[in-house]
Amino acid sequence: MSEILVLVDHVDGDVKKVTLELLTLANRLGDAAAVWVGPGYEGAKDKLAEFGAKKVYQAADEELTSYVVAPKAALLAKLVQDKAPAAVLVAATAEGKEVAGRLAIKIGSGALTDVVDVTDGFVGEHSIFGGGIIAHAKVRTGTPVIAVRPNSVAPEAAPASPAEEQVSVELTAADKAAKVVEKVVEEKGERPDLTEAAIVVSGGRGVGSGENFSIIEALADTLGGAVGASRAATDAGWYPHQFQVGQTGKTVSPQLYIAIGISGAIQHRAGMQTSKTIIAINKDAEAPIFELVDYGVVGDLFQVAPQLTEEISKRK
Amino acid sequence: MNIVVCVKQVPDTESPRKLKSDDSTLDRAAADGVINELDEYAIEEALRIKEAQGGEVTVLTMGPGKATESIRKALAMGADKAVHLTDDALAGSDAFQTSYAMQQVLGRTGFDLVILGSESTDARTGMLAAMLAERLGVPQLSLANKVDIDGSAIRIQRQTDYGHDKVEATLPAVVSVVEKINEPRYPSFKGIMAAKKKPVETLGVADAGIDAGQVGLANASTEVVDFAEAPARAQGQIVTDEGDGGVKIAEFLASKKFV
Repeated sequence: MSEILVLVDHVDGDVKKVTLELLTLANRLGDAAAVWVGPGYEGAKDKLAEFGAKKVYQAADEELTSYVVAPKAALLAKLVQDKAPAAVLVAATAEGKEVAGRLAIKIGSGALTDVVDVTDGFVGEHSIFGGGIIAHAKVRTGTPVIAVRPNSVAPEAAPASPAEEQVSVELTAADKAAKVVEKVVEEKGERPDLTEAAIVVSGGRGVGSGENFSIIEALADTLGGAVGASRAATDAGWYPHQFQVGQTGKTVSPQLYIAIGISGAIQHRAGMQTSKTIIAINKDAEAPIFELVDYGVVGDLFQVAPQLTEEISKRK
Repeated sequence: MNIVVCVKQVPDTESPRKLKSDDSTLDRAAADGVINELDEYAIEEALRIKEAQGGEVTVLTMGPGKATESIRKALAMGADKAVHLTDDALAGSDAFQTSYAMQQVLGRTGFDLVILGSESTDARTGMLAAMLAERLGVPQLSLANKVDIDGSAIRIQRQTDYGHDKVEATLPAVVSVVEKINEPRYPSFKGIMAAKKKPVETLGVADAGIDAGQVGLANASTEVVDFAEAPARAQGQIVTDEGDGGVKIAEFLASKKFV
């Protein structure tokens, strides 16, 4: 079987769940070979092995994480040249898509972004135009570079004993043109990342104020989920912009999505339509969000949501 | 400062968006064309930089003839002039090819700063700024939620999942901006009138030095194999709250093993 390179997404050694999803997917298409960039590998190696990394290319040089995106693409380009993998998979996060873009140019390959599945022949499945159309696409030129949407594949444990190989790449001046001088971590508490979370609870216009978002947060915390917001809520300044789910915000695809006080305009649907189970609470029975739901309650969110939080707490 | 802001005309997200059955490209006739809303933040940022630093803002767009509507809007907001790259040979180009074509045009216009929105609302590849920086060999200052320029030094805050990175570079550079970096202005009546007199240069592939054999659907690095309307989700159960709506959802969640 040929190797499939998987760029490990991690923050200082803390491996993101999407990486485990990519390893699972890579092993369906070939043999998963993880590519580690930066420090912290020792703390993460067991997890990569547990989820099926049959090989690990490790580039610990801190220089590779000191510049915006280009060094990661340069390393992957070198590995594509040296190891001739069948494809390269990255997470379709904002940065992952940029890595895919630069890599595609460096190696002269086509790139697919934000696919929700990859099947034989490296055909990528896309959910486009707000989830209204399912399109399949493939790369015609070069080694396929594919960015996969987080939460699209269920990660499966498949213990392996990866061979480790130290790798490096010489960076050009252009690769080092945008220097990261400081990484600023903003406090986000114990909640999971929005795009990675298995459960997302989002609030919209109906929530009415920033203070009222405590209702959304309480439910999310009871479920161990992330908090999202519709554009109406972020535009109103009730919740920070980086939590916006929708056409111009984050795309999420959790196991469970709970939309509270969200009408379900296309702007919002585009960011959550591939969620597996959808629940809505809205006082307007005609709200388009109800077309998507598995279960919906027409009612006052200020009654229904706190009751739901309390009921879940009781059942735990 | 020579600032080029890249703008894309996209189908209105509020109208039904389709692909064409014959070649799987965007059906531009099916929906109203509007300026990609994320590009409005790029235009606004370009105008603010020009207002602070002096210089000129050029709108660059690649697309069919109808894209002049988006050019006019950018000019009405305050951009000085525009370059419209339009040619049947470009139809169906993917991001790889589009970045090549724009590189060719930028080589012609020159630039100190190229500014883009973080992605388009139709294709949503999110790759163009990175691809352009790679092709042009200049700093990639993407996903900025703050831009500061001092002489030839440029600093941005790059939005990340954990917060942000502070990034430094030297001009020329490619910048992409995220939503909410600023509040895009509305074109004034005066701006709309003035836009009618601003120069718009129309270029074909030959004018821009673009190799027609490297662009267009037939030469794309990717291809759409097939597409279909997504199956409608099965109609779920909808109940009206009678004082126990929260309990009912909890029961549903329990039946699905979420709690």
